[in-house]
Amino acid sequence: MSARTLLRVRRPGRLAAEAAALVIAAAVAFPLYWMVLSAFKPAGEIQSTEARPWTLAPSLDSFRRVFEQQEFGRYFLNSLVVAGTVVIASALIAFLAATAVTRFRFRFRTTLLIMFLVAQMVPVEALTIPLFFLMRDFGQLNTLGSLILPHLAFSLPFAIWMLRGFVKAVPEALEEAAYIDGASRTRFLWQILFPLVFPGLVATSVFSFISTWNDFLFAKSFIISDTSQSTLPMALLVFFKPDENDWGGIMAASTVMTVPVLVFFVLVQRRLVSGLGGAVKD
Amino acid sequence: MTADTTTPRKTPVRAGAGGVTARPPRRRPASPARRSGWTPWLYLLPALVLLGGLLVYPIYQLGLISFLEYTQAQVSGGEPTTFQGFGNYATLFGDSQFWQVLLATVVFAAACVVATLVTGCALAVLLTRIRAVPRLALMLAALGAWATPAITGSTVWVFLFDPDFGPVNKVLGLGDFSWTYGRWSAFALVLLEVLWCSFPFVMVTVYAGIRAIPTEVLEAASLDGASQWRIWRSVMAPMLRPILIVVTIQSVIWDFKVFTQIYVMTNGGGIAGQNLVLNVYAYQKAFASSQYSLGSAIGVVMLVILLAVTLVYLRLVRRQGEEL
Repeated sequence: MSARTLLRVRRPGRLAAEAAALVIAAAVAFPLYWMVLSAFKPAGEIQSTEARPWTLAPSLDSFRRVFEQQEFGRYFLNSLVVAGTVVIASALIAFLAATAVTRFRFRFRTTLLIMFLVAQMVPVEALTIPLFFLMRDFGQLNTLGSLILPHLAFSLPFAIWMLRGFVKAVPEALEEAAYIDGASRTRFLWQILFPLVFPGLVATSVFSFISTWNDFLFAKSFIISDTSQSTLPMALLVFFKPDENDWGGIMAASTVMTVPVLVFFVLVQRRLVSGLGGAVKD
Repeated sequence: MTADTTTPRKTPVRAGAGGVTARPPRRRPASPARRSGWTPWLYLLPALVLLGGLLVYPIYQLGLISFLEYTQAQVSGGEPTTFQGFGNYATLFGDSQFWQVLLATVVFAAACVVATLVTGCALAVLLTRIRAVPRLALMLAALGAWATPAITGSTVWVFLFDPDFGPVNKVLGLGDFSWTYGRWSAFALVLLEVLWCSFPFVMVTVYAGIRAIPTEVLEAASLDGASQWRIWRSVMAPMLRPILIVVTIQSVIWDFKVFTQIYVMTNGGGIAGQNLVLNVYAYQKAFASSQYSLGSAIGVVMLVILLAVTLVYLRLVRRQGEEL
């Protein structure tokens, strides 16, 4: 059967499938649309029982309230610092560890791998209690370090587990050739292996970025008195009030908080898809 | 999957240079692989230090606190800590609320996992059957949902279903029905949000897996007149088994630990704690009522349950003959 006949046979089915896909895409995107829309609506329209899916008088009032909120820029910067540090440090550390467990044979190797797997299952939230005491004893409460260190540690097991496949995929013949050409182990590691594994590092960094950027539990628990060290989620919670929530402010703050992640995702989108395939296929 | 399952696990040196022996290079008397002794541990050092200090030690402490009497008095140093043995666990297991929360957690996580997997797989198959433009639209929408931080996703969903100002009640004609008031409707609302933000991972991963299946196989099946369901059940699913195991286990782990969504959407566990799940329950016990030892005991229970899940996963992986 030629390709043309195949196409003709399938066309009605495919059109239905495409229509379904578009409807689902619209439904999935709707909450995000509503968030941005509400952020731009003037106050009267948000608190109205009409709930129109458009606005004729877009306004920046809600955004103004968000940015004029005390130290919002500071929160944003803190979030960036925490997430950025975690992403870079975790990529480097996980790369080294993944190389160790894939390119070497040594005692306890399998045991370590199982430990990395088990470590992913640990409910991080349950560890808030002992971590709180740990941070207190080391004088780290109210510092960005109290957010960076735990997130770094918790992102490692998954990152190592995922990077394994990428490191494994680099042919050993390449390593051999490098050594024959007189490259040192360090040189091979950073000048040959690292660039080859880089796409995998990008895919992995998505996960550490998201979990760190999104965290509000640690921020809420460890930054207790010094609000200048707070992160974005705290700025969002300010708009929740017991009597009446400021929905405009909430939606504007949510938009501001979501945009960096969206940008990051769009940038790494292609590598993410191939990266996931690579990681699970080994 | 990896074909070299016959590799003996305890090969002392792997000949890191691809098994080529002999011919010792002039400038390096010992081949790199043979000198490997401490190198892997050096590479592992930063990771192990971090994990030891911030994961293993806190777990040890969590276990320890769960056996102590540890409340506000002990935290501030007003009273000495006393050893309780299994006293905290006895209190916990004697509390009917704990069993209620445990049951709710298991049922809720199971519902989330099933919903996520079915949606994710169905949409992954759908993606393979459509042209580039609608595929891109669905992919981008899914990535958007995936990228949305849990806390903003939760607030937006609460707003969508707000009894006064939300569009959903308007469209469905529900008037001022409050979704967060009833136990089941609140859980259903959270489930929808969890599904929204977690199906993209399954969809993208399974889609990447399907793309790796040779097209001839799928074409042959469809030429033989197999229905889409039949192709999925008899061709795709068996070939995707390793990937399906990964996404299932990941979903179980994530959904069992759901915290932010419940905490934000039901305002800390719902009216009179009707929407509590274990994770939030532990947090509330510890930080809201300062019963750190009870909170820790709940944490230990969660840890044990998730360890059991991990063991099942490892057995599944091992049975496939995959080398770690």
